Amino acid sequence: MRSWWVGNLAAAVMIAMLFFAGSMRVRAENDGVNNHNDQAAATAADVRIDNFSFAPQTLTVAAGTTVTWTNRDDIPHSVVSTDGVFKSKVRDTDEKFSYTFAKAGVYPYYCSIHPKMTGKVVVQ
Amino acid sequence: MSDIRQDVIHQKVQDLNDDGVDRRRFLKCMAWAGAGLVWTMSGGVPVSRAIATGGGHARDGSGGGDFSFVQISDSHMGFNKPANPDVAATLQVAVDKINGLPNQPDFLLHTGDISHLSRAEQFDTVDQILKGAKAKDVFFVPGEHDVLDDNGKSYLERYGKDARRGGWYSFDHKGVHFIGLVNVVDLKAGGLGSLGGEQLKWMEKDVKHRKHSTPIVIFAHIPLWSVYPEWGWGTEDSAQALACVKKFGSVTVLNGHIHQIMQKVEGNVTFHTAMSTAFPQPQPGKSDSPGPMKVPAEQLRSLLGITQVNTIRGKHALAVVDSTLG
Repeated sequence: MRSWWVGNLAAAVMIAMLFFAGSMRVRAENDGVNNHNDQAAATAADVRIDNFSFAPQTLTVAAGTTVTWTNRDDIPHSVVSTDGVFKSKVRDTDEKFSYTFAKAGVYPYYCSIHPKMTGKVVVQ
Repeated sequence: MSDIRQDVIHQKVQDLNDDGVDRRRFLKCMAWAGAGLVWTMSGGVPVSRAIATGGGHARDGSGGGDFSFVQISDSHMGFNKPANPDVAATLQVAVDKINGLPNQPDFLLHTGDISHLSRAEQFDTVDQILKGAKAKDVFFVPGEHDVLDDNGKSYLERYGKDARRGGWYSFDHKGVHFIGLVNVVDLKAGGLGSLGGEQLKWMEKDVKHRKHSTPIVIFAHIPLWSVYPEWGWGTEDSAQALACVKKFGSVTVLNGHIHQIMQKVEGNVTFHTAMSTAFPQPQPGKSDSPGPMKVPAEQLRSLLGITQVNTIRGKHALAVVDSTLG
């Protein structure tokens, strides 16, 4: 009778420990994943250049975010701030340009080669 | 060119001559690239002269062509994607075609986008290929692809030695006055091509004291008329430039940028855009964007081409003839 009790207790403790360990690991992973997501939201964002347009045309980010434009079009483009805040060199297909927006504000920009292409970064 | 096409063209000529001036049909005929006919407007009446072998000789005893020149455009040296992985080869085909003309042009005009990325080696390659042309003089104006990153400094160092500060210039050749304009620098957000106040002032002075009977040829990269503003195909301040040549009897405006032939006649002004030697672009509105048009390899050369311009002594207007590379 006693051995049954001990055996089951041991098993129960082991299961509990495994569960605890498992949940700890999951929590740690979650913390890790959450951390990464929070960091991504806070510090990096992407704009895709394709088909003579910037997507998204208006991007809203938090101050301190680094925005990276990637040219996926088959023709070169550039990223030039209308107010002289930033200016990329010409970007051919697959080339990138990044800028970190430290201050809040509205930053309209355009492609200096194809000035009809316009976009905006809103920094909050 | 097939015999059938030749017959249809002659029929159209007949219609026009019999019916008098029919501008809309005239322009449709003009838009037939590679038709191999020289059309001139003589006193408002279209007159055609068949080109037997691609050259131009008047058959009406007016004394033959005065001179001709060839416009090429948009060579985009450095571009290597569909539909043209080898733009150097197609530029060479264009030069070979020019060299094969029975009447050699006096010079070539390149209306810009010489290079694709404003790189030295790209300009070098174009210069190298053009050295093989029998016509030794080449005049250039820049496209937006030629003035990247340095606002045109390397373009001007290479091609702007005899030009004004911003790269614009004019010259005379056998009684015709040529004006090369730059409308690809200082482009504003959401805007079109732009000439700018300094250049417009210079142009007004440049034409001010010339006889109004002097034929004028204006060449610039972006069209000086509103072809399709949604795609930036126009120049925002071209009206002032055109106003200062309003009194001249014959004005021909030659542009590139749109990689296809478009024409417009407005009074004494004939506007004409050339094909590219590199890749075609879609017609206005026929695609979401004006990027390179992808076509099957065997069709490519039929959408690339050169433009011959002939002056005929005693005739006011210049004759503009397009032909494809294949």
